[in-house]
Amino acid sequence: MYRSHVLVCGGTGCTSSNSLAIIDALESEIAKKGLQEEVKVVRTGCFGLCALGPIMIVYPEGSFYSQVKVEDVPEIVEEHLLKGRLVKRLLYDETVTMEDVKSLQETDFYKKQHRVALRNCGVIDPENIEEYIAFDGYMALAKCLKELTPAEVIQIVKDSGLRGRGGGGFPTGLKWSFTAANEADQKYVVCNADEGDPGAFMDRSVLEGDPHCIVEAMTICGYATGATEGYVYVRAEYPIAVKRLKIAIKQAREYGLLGKNIFDSGFDFDLHVRLGAGAFVCGEETALMTSIEGNRGEPRPRPPYPAVKGLFRKPTTENNVETFANIPQIILKGADWFASMGTEKSKGTKVFALGGKIKNTGLVEIPMGTTLREIIEEIGGGIPNGKKFKAAQTGGPSGGCIPASLMDTPIDYDNLTAIGCMMGSGGLIVMDEDNCMVDIAKFFLNFTVDESCGKCTPCRVGTKRLLEMLDKITAGKATMEDLDKLEDLCNYIKANSLCGLGQTAPNPVLATLKFFREEYVAHIQDKKCPAGVCKALMTYSIEADKCRGCTACARKCPAGAIEGKVKEVHTINTDKCIKCGVCLETCKFGAVVKK
Amino acid sequence: MKTIEELMAIRENAKKKMTVREDTGDEATRIVVGMATCGIAAGARPVLNAFVDEIAKRDLKGVTVSQTGCIGMCQYEPIVEVLEPGKEKVTYVKMTAEKAVKVVNDHIVNGNPIVDFTVGAATK
Ligand SMILES: Cc1cc2nc3c(=O)[nH]c(=O)nc-3n(C[C@H](O)[C@H](O)[C@H](O)COP(=O)(O)O)c2cc1C
Ligand code: SF4
Ligand code: FES
Repeated sequence: MYRSHVLVCGGTGCTSSNSLAIIDALESEIAKKGLQEEVKVVRTGCFGLCALGPIMIVYPEGSFYSQVKVEDVPEIVEEHLLKGRLVKRLLYDETVTMEDVKSLQETDFYKKQHRVALRNCGVIDPENIEEYIAFDGYMALAKCLKELTPAEVIQIVKDSGLRGRGGGGFPTGLKWSFTAANEADQKYVVCNADEGDPGAFMDRSVLEGDPHCIVEAMTICGYATGATEGYVYVRAEYPIAVKRLKIAIKQAREYGLLGKNIFDSGFDFDLHVRLGAGAFVCGEETALMTSIEGNRGEPRPRPPYPAVKGLFRKPTTENNVETFANIPQIILKGADWFASMGTEKSKGTKVFALGGKIKNTGLVEIPMGTTLREIIEEIGGGIPNGKKFKAAQTGGPSGGCIPASLMDTPIDYDNLTAIGCMMGSGGLIVMDEDNCMVDIAKFFLNFTVDESCGKCTPCRVGTKRLLEMLDKITAGKATMEDLDKLEDLCNYIKANSLCGLGQTAPNPVLATLKFFREEYVAHIQDKKCPAGVCKALMTYSIEADKCRGCTACARKCPAGAIEGKVKEVHTINTDKCIKCGVCLETCKFGAVVKK
Repeated sequence: MKTIEELMAIRENAKKKMTVREDTGDEATRIVVGMATCGIAAGARPVLNAFVDEIAKRDLKGVTVSQTGCIGMCQYEPIVEVLEPGKEKVTYVKMTAEKAVKVVNDHIVNGNPIVDFTVGAATK
């Protein structure tokens, strides 16, 4: 019996900050002290606080260590594991109060969170099916197969009010009932783990931290809709997720939880993993299925919808990873329990990948209806460096932004749509006063131009033209007429593109235009970028009264654009200046200014 | 897998191996073993492990075993404190693995602190 468990995060974030080396060091150090029979090391999935990685939590005390280095390991083993003294300097500072060490759950970051989809992430060893089972894993499947009819399962999902977490927000129970209603010799379940939204990593974390819950949920979906085979489509850039998912599938087969005659019910189900090459459009459901079929990932027109003709032209239910992750809990705890969380039309919780200008970047799961202010100021710990919050981008390249004035909007599907934004899959990028909104729109448009599959003209050519117009604006060469044309083109692309990629591509432009039109106008009329981002509209200069002639800037300037003798006032030659900003960083006297 | 019972058996078994990770909150009985250098030298580790094993063997719920640094009475090590919610702390001194098993039986399970092992008896 182990007296202590040391959980080390093995999510992608912490793995890239070297948590595997920490695990190795821990194991060898524990062996050196002869503690291998007493202390167990467990590699988990993401805890959510990726910015503080590598993360380690020691039980039974529940001590939360952050930013642990390999060099710290001997001290942790000697002091904490052997002698029972916490290594205070490594404790996450939010857990350390004057008198006491708080548990992680009491910190600002976790307090307002409510973990349903992420409940096992950072809690269990994802490569050990028994740890999943210890937390009621596969109980929901057993309940479905032994006690419920497929129609009853669908009714529970319907009553729970669960809506698709992949972006569209379509009611999940309804979707399942469509597939169930279609007779066919073969039906499929597909899990969308393509997660193409830049900056989003919710689905990756679920697969890394709790892969069995996806296996279980897809099997339940198969039972409910009459499908016997499932595919998980994961992008190849997620090697840890792929590996753990494959281990989970193998273990489930060994335990008879996948395969023939599961729970002696006569129901057969098996799962396959397919790797995507990382094209954004392959996250669109019809393109995804085309890709699984072995063809080039291009969307097909809908209808026919997947429930009628999906994968291999057979009735198919396609859901997002996070959508599935909610299913076992809904079956076990009931529709009412799930429906008690959230707002009137958006039930349950939503996972967000918090990024950008925010203190606690990472993964958060909050009840629907939480306000953006709570997410940013409380959970996220606010904006660093005393800067002012400007806007948050949700929904990635298909979404829009929420400006500071609407920070108290409760976040749910319908409220976000009402303000011209969208929930999206859960990317949440925080921007402060130093972000230029035209530049942000340009960033996302660059992405869609690259990712447009090219099948239809409005999207292929339209997004390119849109990007050119934005380039013109940020170069200070646009007129007010161009602004009208920009809006017209946005609406044209939205109305005429074949798939969701094109139909939503103009959203970042439209949303920033709606809330930050004055910034567009400043670029066009005043030839100024108010946030000081767009290079073409900036000039660097040296204020004569502040310059001491120290020559520091002139020596650093890579373009040789700064002239002046020692102890004399320097000047910047704007023709040569490449606007890299090195002089501004170098000057100790604040003499260099950017305008 | 054929029956829910099979799954439940795996669950119970797996759960036992994971009790140390439970957040037992303020409701739990805590057994704290002094494990500073003095404690370890005096043989605190077998005591700690005896508590862990005995509690696992009896499948006791809501009891955590943890360590602490020097309690400050080195001559009485190994020292063990038992903290039950709403009751006064009991401090056992000069503990051994055998005594630990007895403490689990008499004190934790049956609710009778063993006065002979306590610091009060030792300082008399
Ligand atoms: C361009 C584009 C990309 C998409 N990418 C994803 C994705 O990465 N993951 C995802 O789950 N859904 C994505 N979707 C939405 C899917 O088409 C589909 O609506 C969703 O997976 C359905 O599952 P849900 O009902 O559980 O949300 C994308 C849609 C479009 C138009
Ligand atoms: S809208 Fe864009 S991504 Fe979608 S089919 Fe047309 S070209 Fe391809
Ligand atoms: S990857 Fe370790 S906390 Fe997210």
